Amino acid sequence: MSDLTATELPGTAERALPGPVHHKGPGPAESGWLEPRGRGHGGRALALHRVTGLVIVVYLYLHLGVLSMLLIGRSSWGSFLSLVTAKGFLALEVVLIGTVLFHGLNGIRVALVGSGIAVKQERTMLWVAATVGTAGVIFAALHILGAL
Amino acid sequence: MNRDMDTEQTDTRRIRVYRYKRGDGKERFDEFDVPVGPHTTVLDALRWIQLHRDPSLTLRHSCLHASCGTCGMQVDGREELACVCSLSDHGAEVTVEPLANLPILTDLVVDMTGFFERFPHAHPIIRASELPVDENGGPDGHHAEVSLQTELALHHHPLHHLHRAAPPGQDFMRLEDCIECGLCLSACPVASTSQEYVGPAALAAAERLLEEPRGVRREDVLAWASQPEGAWRCHVGLECTQACPTDAIPAERIMALRRALMFGDNDDNEGER
Repeated sequence: MSDLTATELPGTAERALPGPVHHKGPGPAESGWLEPRGRGHGGRALALHRVTGLVIVVYLYLHLGVLSMLLIGRSSWGSFLSLVTAKGFLALEVVLIGTVLFHGLNGIRVALVGSGIAVKQERTMLWVAATVGTAGVIFAALHILGAL
Repeated sequence: MNRDMDTEQTDTRRIRVYRYKRGDGKERFDEFDVPVGPHTTVLDALRWIQLHRDPSLTLRHSCLHASCGTCGMQVDGREELACVCSLSDHGAEVTVEPLANLPILTDLVVDMTGFFERFPHAHPIIRASELPVDENGGPDGHHAEVSLQTELALHHHPLHHLHRAAPPGQDFMRLEDCIECGLCLSACPVASTSQEYVGPAALAAAERLLEEPRGVRREDVLAWASQPEGAWRCHVGLECTQACPTDAIPAERIMALRRALMFGDNDDNEGER
């Protein structure tokens, strides 16, 4: 008869392994900040801040790539300009302005809250950023699209 | 079993419960239809499942009144204490998951070791009642000294106005409201990115030490908080304060800690300059 001890029980080694770390959202753990369920205004502002930051970075590289067309010649630059002055592209420009406005204004809020200077006013500042940003987008839309 | 389920059953909810058993190697969701009353909590429903459907469902709970902090979990993606989370606040289907950012032991039970290890090593006892008493049964000299320091510190603290009404002289009990449930760590968007981040509860405890050092050197606390995975790792998502079931305001305390790191003082007027 075998000397049955706890270490001999089936599954003992597996049970000794650390369990998985649960995280939010369906993707990898690092994307948990994108999960919208259960988030408050601060978490959503943080997620939007990161997304707009990524959009701006991608835009900057695109912008540099587009400027490099100047090296190709006048005709290629002219045909490119006719493309980007189409209504669809101009609408994207309005979206870009909204992205930059939110990222910049919320960045000021994050800096003031994150340095402990205006913690109590963080919600108010988010509303101010949203209001100013929306007004800026409307102004930009009227200015850019209204000229068509 | 919950009284509502016996006498006031009015509805049925589908509860999707996260399941994981070590050795199984797979995570999954099991669904249970649970009879609920108007006041049935998530914990009531989970215990009903244990009693009537699946006794292998494992969860952790103790006090049943939001005091012990052991039944923390995610309900529809939001961090809640299951014992006080009413199902009537949720829809026909409710998803229950363990806390995020901590290793799972089994089902809804997470290993809290990593949570407690995040706290400052010099984290002293908090409750004055745990201090030694003198030969007359009263608090010893150290206690009297602590109380004096507390009173002086609190009247200048930037978060003093946020404290709920409390008897005079007892505001210093505020962070004792932290029941170390781990909801803040689970809700924190940064903690999902970095397992090394010490997290909101530990940073709030450190800030509490600035209010009432209790023998800990202020410089040591600030040095601990200024480490790369400390106060500066916070990205101001403020989810910790939102998730906190006891209003221990961890996010605001992290910001106060940062101000102390930057301005060398946690006085409100210093920060407004």
